[in-house]
Amino acid sequence: MTPNFDFHALAPEIILSATIVIVLVADLLFADRERWQTPRIATIGVLASLVPVITLAIDGTNRVMFANAAGSGAYVVDPYALTFKALFLVAAYVTLLVSVDYIGEGDYYQGEFYFLLLTSVLGMIVMASARDLITIFVALETISIPTFVLAGWRKHDPKSNEASIKYYLIGVLSSAVMLYGMSFIFGFSGSTLLTDIAQFASATPDVAPLFIVAIFLTLVGFAFKISAVPFHFWVPDTYEGAPTPVTAFLSVSSKAGGFVALLTVVYVGFFPSVNSWQPVLWVFAALSMIVGNLVALRQTNIVRMLAYSSVAQGGFILVPLAVAQDGRASAASLEAVVTYLLIYAAMNLGAFAVVIAVSRRTRSAEISSYAGLGQFAPVLAILMSIFLFSLAGIPPLAGWYAKFMMFRAVLDAGTPWAIVLGVIAAVNSVIAFFYYTAVVRQMWFKEPAIEGTRSVEIPTALGVAIAICGATVVVIGVYPQLFGRLGELARF
Amino acid sequence: MSWFDDWALTLAVFLPVVGMVILLLIPRAEEGAQKLVALLTTLVTFAVGIGILFRFDYNRAGRLQFGVDKSWIDVINSRYHMGIDGISLPLLILSMFITVLCVIYSWNHFPEPHNPKAFLALILLLEVGMNGTFAAQDLILFFVFFEIVLLPMFFMIGVWGGPNREYASIKFFLFTLFGSALMLLSFLALYFLSDVHTFSIPALSALHGSGIVEGTQTLVFAGMFLGFAIKVPMFPFHTWLPDAHTEAPTVGSVLLAAIMLKLGTYGFIRIALPLLPKGAINWAPWIGGLAVIGIIYGAFCCLAQTDMKRLIAFSSVAHMGFVMLGIATLTDFGINAAIFGMVAHGLITGMLFFVAGSVQHNFHTREIKRLGGLLVQAPKMGWILGFCVMASLGLPGLAGFWGEFPAILSAFQPAPGLSDVVFRVYMVIAAIGTVLAAGYLLWMLQRVAFGTPKSEFEDADIHDVGLAEWIAWTPMLLGIVILGVYPNLLFSLTNPAVEHVSRVFAR
Repeated sequence: MTPNFDFHALAPEIILSATIVIVLVADLLFADRERWQTPRIATIGVLASLVPVITLAIDGTNRVMFANAAGSGAYVVDPYALTFKALFLVAAYVTLLVSVDYIGEGDYYQGEFYFLLLTSVLGMIVMASARDLITIFVALETISIPTFVLAGWRKHDPKSNEASIKYYLIGVLSSAVMLYGMSFIFGFSGSTLLTDIAQFASATPDVAPLFIVAIFLTLVGFAFKISAVPFHFWVPDTYEGAPTPVTAFLSVSSKAGGFVALLTVVYVGFFPSVNSWQPVLWVFAALSMIVGNLVALRQTNIVRMLAYSSVAQGGFILVPLAVAQDGRASAASLEAVVTYLLIYAAMNLGAFAVVIAVSRRTRSAEISSYAGLGQFAPVLAILMSIFLFSLAGIPPLAGWYAKFMMFRAVLDAGTPWAIVLGVIAAVNSVIAFFYYTAVVRQMWFKEPAIEGTRSVEIPTALGVAIAICGATVVVIGVYPQLFGRLGELARF
Repeated sequence: MSWFDDWALTLAVFLPVVGMVILLLIPRAEEGAQKLVALLTTLVTFAVGIGILFRFDYNRAGRLQFGVDKSWIDVINSRYHMGIDGISLPLLILSMFITVLCVIYSWNHFPEPHNPKAFLALILLLEVGMNGTFAAQDLILFFVFFEIVLLPMFFMIGVWGGPNREYASIKFFLFTLFGSALMLLSFLALYFLSDVHTFSIPALSALHGSGIVEGTQTLVFAGMFLGFAIKVPMFPFHTWLPDAHTEAPTVGSVLLAAIMLKLGTYGFIRIALPLLPKGAINWAPWIGGLAVIGIIYGAFCCLAQTDMKRLIAFSSVAHMGFVMLGIATLTDFGINAAIFGMVAHGLITGMLFFVAGSVQHNFHTREIKRLGGLLVQAPKMGWILGFCVMASLGLPGLAGFWGEFPAILSAFQPAPGLSDVVFRVYMVIAAIGTVLAAGYLLWMLQRVAFGTPKSEFEDADIHDVGLAEWIAWTPMLLGIVILGVYPNLLFSLTNPAVEHVSRVFAR
């Protein structure tokens, strides 16, 4: 049987792959002073890949590739996949905008940066369509391996080296654990196709304990990728040591990639076998929120603070998933996770973009260096406040809607365990508020620590990135219906 | 004029946003233009309020008017649903009115660090949240406006506040945030428990909580209770209030006391009681109990205060106790008294904070011990303080009386299903509270206004009431007199709407 290639469906991947090759070769051929062209090519490539995503969305038919007799395939282009492809490409675009000046002005310019970044993005858009354990695994590794190198990109900085090594070792370990779990699942169900696994899980109500262990191991692998507690230990050091644009990329795109994989595996594959995955995710969610928030309270470095905050936010995103099987919550949970991921991407990228902009002036990532930012850079300070309050979930900024959808899923489930998790989440959102406002208080309530009132110069690309994130956070916060449609689209 | 009926509430809520955006575009140096834009914005907003007063159909004050019902977030069945009835109208007008006066007062009283642009922008943003909360008829919309209020007040206290401002601002925010998180959970629970799956307040009110068993109602009510009681604030959730008031700049204190505290009590009347009547009946004795504890506790705290603003802040705890006692009786008599008490407290305590602010502006201290002889040095200000003190302790003929007296009286005969004995005990305790109120207020007046000026201020340059202050204060003083002499002005407005709420308890 020859596999049928639907070129329209694969167009985003094809365009992005072509861009990756062009970027690699072009950087080789350009003279030194023309090297600024490389990021431009990368940006155009990412935007060009968005075009087929839009045309596919307009077209609206679900395309299934490598299908079996039952019509379910390993590679699917449906609204769910397209939603995430769009998210990954837009996030990649913003990451590129954030990176250009940081990389260009760094001590060691390397065009490989863009090559590696785009390769990771390619893994993500493949992940959005993957419906098969092997495809998912390959996509996940395509996402991860370039980021191991990116984390160590500041190669003369020992911290960056440490970041890279830690991330690499733990990443490989988690892949091994996950693969081990997947091999058992294949052994039980006789297929790597998620729909077949779901059939197996629903056909045999009394599944073997080993099957539950296999699912557990697979989930643990994902837990490393989405940095859920207790598998989060690599996060603070890696985030602090890596170049800040890479950190932004790791905490948003790479993390979202892990979440998409988890969502797909749980909803398409493991869903009927509820007792195997739901308690595990419940524990991950509760621990991530509690530990992430409590440790974030003690941080003095803003990147480490945002690292723990992203662990805690990961916990919030897991909450709807952990109650997905209860009551009528299944659809609401999926919607909540998708909505939260989209909003989280905008507000977290925005926060990191401001961190990059401010460090251009202060050369520091200490929270105390934000003292008096409201006086010497009021616009940046306002935007940073917007992002932080949004992360804290204060209306009318987008974060409130994300949290709202989470609570809605919890109450839709309505079981005692779900309510307990909801209360944990409610208490945690109050704790989270405390450390987010610690930065806000520095910016507005304190006098500047550095001398002079020279304002912060923001390069155009960085400014555009901040503006995109800021506009998204405010507009979605006031009129969430815009993302409501996306949530509706993303159904299996 | 039908377009006005359709757009009035939207204008009333969002005109300040327009003004704020214009204000932010004005360069920092041009303070005159900034003040003018802020004043014009609040005036135009208030003009919309006047228009609403004229177009409001007083014969149908029990019904929602100026309704807007447009789609907002369809995915969660939440709509942009606004409307006002006799309960919301006085509070909405009060909110617009006080904001104008605050901008006028700010004209030459900007607190340090001097930054009129940011300060005025925050006042305008605050107005959006306050007006919106009183007009919202959708639970989620209500929640969003309820929360919008927090941010500007947080910055107002934190940037322009006193020495302990950081602690006060974060405490204020954390307390309220905790309450509103649980409140949101209750709203969602209500959504899923009711058969109609809607967030519309009128639709849910019409159901009177039918279909939700008593135990669940009690539980969901608890979540709402926390959210609203922290905002009111009721004893024992009041500890953020003295700190916030003491540290806040004058205008912040005025807005906090006059309007923001009412968001909580309004929430009880508009949402908690009609939506969960059975829960309300189970909780009413506890609410009443906490209310009278608040009355006595607030009064004793007042007696121990050395700081003028802190004293007025604790007197707010006591006064809001009367309001909550009125609400806890679940009778139309009590709830009418509560709404009257809210408006009267807004005017009177707002005025007291204005005077305290001007005293601080002149003497650079609020320590009651160091003050004295205000009537000698600034006679007009001293008389105004005396007037407000009289109003605040509930002198008949002034507005304060009509909030306090009927609230106490209503506890004699609470709604059926509530224990007469318990509420009569509350009544007696509350009556003792009024005596204490007279005590601490008159004592403060005596120490601040009577006697001769202390030696350290003998040669101080004291300005009596100035033009900006006269313009800002006269309307409030008039309001206190008018409502005191002719309370029916307000009672006739609120009563039809209140009857809608209390009817379900009267059976």
